[in-house]
Amino acid sequence: MILPGATSGAGVVPRTPELMSIAEKVEAGERISRTDAIALFETDDLLAVGSMADLVNRRLNGDRVFYVANQHINPTNVCILNKVCVFCSYGVRPLADDAYTMSLDEVFEEAEAARHAPTREFHIVGGLHPKLPLSYYTDMIRGLKERHPRVHVKALTAVEIAHLARIERCSTLDVLRELQEAGLDAMPGGGAEVFSPAVRSTIADRKLAAEEWLRVHREAHGLGIPTNCTLLYGHVESAADRVDHMTRLRELQDETGGFSTFIPLAWHPDNTALGRQMGLEGQRTGGVDDLKALAVGRIFLDNVPHIKTHWIMVTTKVSQVALSFGVDDLEGTVVLEKITHTAGADTPIGLDLGEIVGLIRDAGKVPVERDSLYNPVGELSLA
Amino acid sequence: MTTRVDSPSLELSRVDRAEVAEYASLYDKPLLELGALANERARREAPDGVVSYIVDRNINYTNVCVTDCSFCAFYRRPGHEDGYVLSNEQIGAKIEEAKGIGAVQILMQGGHNPYLKLDYYTGLLDYIKTYHPIHVHGFSASELDIIARVHKLDVSVVIDELKDAGLDSVPGAGAEILVDDVRDRIAKKKIGTARWLEIHRAVHERGLLSSATMMFGAGESREDRIEHMIRIRDLQADTRGFTAFIPWTLQADGTGMDGTPETTAAEYLRTVAISRIVLDNVRNLQVSYVTQGPKIAQVALHFGCNDFGSLMMEENVVSATGTDFIMPRSTLVRFIEEAGFRAVARYQDYSPVDPELDWYCGCAVCLQRSRA
Repeated sequence: MILPGATSGAGVVPRTPELMSIAEKVEAGERISRTDAIALFETDDLLAVGSMADLVNRRLNGDRVFYVANQHINPTNVCILNKVCVFCSYGVRPLADDAYTMSLDEVFEEAEAARHAPTREFHIVGGLHPKLPLSYYTDMIRGLKERHPRVHVKALTAVEIAHLARIERCSTLDVLRELQEAGLDAMPGGGAEVFSPAVRSTIADRKLAAEEWLRVHREAHGLGIPTNCTLLYGHVESAADRVDHMTRLRELQDETGGFSTFIPLAWHPDNTALGRQMGLEGQRTGGVDDLKALAVGRIFLDNVPHIKTHWIMVTTKVSQVALSFGVDDLEGTVVLEKITHTAGADTPIGLDLGEIVGLIRDAGKVPVERDSLYNPVGELSLA
Repeated sequence: MTTRVDSPSLELSRVDRAEVAEYASLYDKPLLELGALANERARREAPDGVVSYIVDRNINYTNVCVTDCSFCAFYRRPGHEDGYVLSNEQIGAKIEEAKGIGAVQILMQGGHNPYLKLDYYTGLLDYIKTYHPIHVHGFSASELDIIARVHKLDVSVVIDELKDAGLDSVPGAGAEILVDDVRDRIAKKKIGTARWLEIHRAVHERGLLSSATMMFGAGESREDRIEHMIRIRDLQADTRGFTAFIPWTLQADGTGMDGTPETTAAEYLRTVAISRIVLDNVRNLQVSYVTQGPKIAQVALHFGCNDFGSLMMEENVVSATGTDFIMPRSTLVRFIEEAGFRAVARYQDYSPVDPELDWYCGCAVCLQRSRA
């Protein structure tokens, strides 16, 4: 035999005793601690971390990798936080030259693309517009549901929900109820950024605080609205900040079980105030960090069913490799992504289903097309 | 036992099919386990966690070429209005710019231009060593071949002449896939496998080091890639003249092979990891950030690679296909360090750059020139 280690399936043996003891916990199905997770972020033994994440993922999802045919709709880029969130290049002031707010007719017109595409989900997020009332969104959701009854609507981050509650002088729970009545199927996980007050005051001072973000999600879960959760990494946060953030998510998930997916988001510094300040314009997170954020997320958030790689942010190449690092969701065929692209993303603005399926198969996995609620939708849309 | 018109006297030794099949079966291993195997090998070669890189500049002295490779978007046929040959002065100016950013070598490669005679090359090398002294890593096997053929000279004579005039090492380009069935499809007019190997053997025998590349994702089989690696390994066993193996993927846009499915990142990582395992006698394995992007290049450091390649100040050949990943030194160093390694600038022979050195290059060939 010329080859060592010819047997396979045993995973990667960690190089240090510390990592070995974490791997033993993972193997035994035990929860890892804050200290463990920080060690996983700080180790150089990337493949051992990936291997642990792969084990956790296989237990939950087998060889399946989910993807969804979706369309992004960003109704407005007007945002009262345009000066507050210094990591963002999307939001602008109401009177800025490039400010836009779509009328409902324009939204419906843009959504017509779904009629000629196998779209299963509208992903709707935008700026905090000072004037748009809750009825704008409920009418939008109703109108979309009427026109595209088989398409799920995943709309409005916790930050937007809290903003609407302020505008309407009602509770966030009231806002959620009205949205649900209008047809809201699920909520995206944006706006979480990093919960640490120190980090938040640096990158998004006065944006919805951690407790509020978590409360809105708790309320949504209470109403039976599944939501996602995110972590914006690659700026000023430390490994401890990341783990503390994930700890809050894990605690809420223990309580409600309402999170479907954890999505680490790689920060894009171009055209942002923070990027300029840090001298990071043109820079990207490393592939190693992208994979670690996903893998540690998979291991630590043992109660969240899915981990999603956002190929728009990390490239399709990293997303494909991530399928061996604990990831079971490859996002989708994003039609018309705008937000990350204004921050300099040089990834495509959409992928076709054939390409996604090919990447998943080439990684040795089984592609499963899903809807917003992770129900498999069969081969229907591959025609 | 293939023979080709360019080298009718050359016969290739037989490759052990069972060995090829066994190495090819590594492709079926889980990606991370394969990576860990390769890593183990890499750490045996470089236990100190160093990842090297070189500061240099590509100078493509001519784009005139008669070889018509279907994967190339850079070349122009003789007589084409975009065809060029750089003057010595233009090349000198590029070298001075490169030295300004700390370059320790130039990589000089060009088309197969039959209008350029041996005295052009020796004149150019002599000019460089006289007026703009720097390590010249130049003239891949297929360029050496065309010079030899134009003059009906033995390639060893050409190598001696060029070495005397100032050539310091030879790049491993033009290897593509060293299986003639594949070459017949993608580079029919280029030198065959036996000739490529013969020329590198001659380079090593004349006292120069070279690297070896592999361009994959051009429709070859995984077994073809393994055969390629075995060819390199077997020559290395004889000569010890290869410094590094540099696998990279076909970039098909704008070439005659446009539409070829792109090699995925997973397949790239599997292939670099397997090459680390097969080529157990070649010390260094280089990532290709130009074709894979910096993110995957960084990840490849955990799949057996120990060199980040060149901080290219100028690159014309791959970028002619629209691929553009040139990065500043600070970014390159950050990517190496964030991956958990120590970044070390090197010379062409992979020895670390010595900032105290009172000569343009610290590789053995250049140091010998300093004593001459």
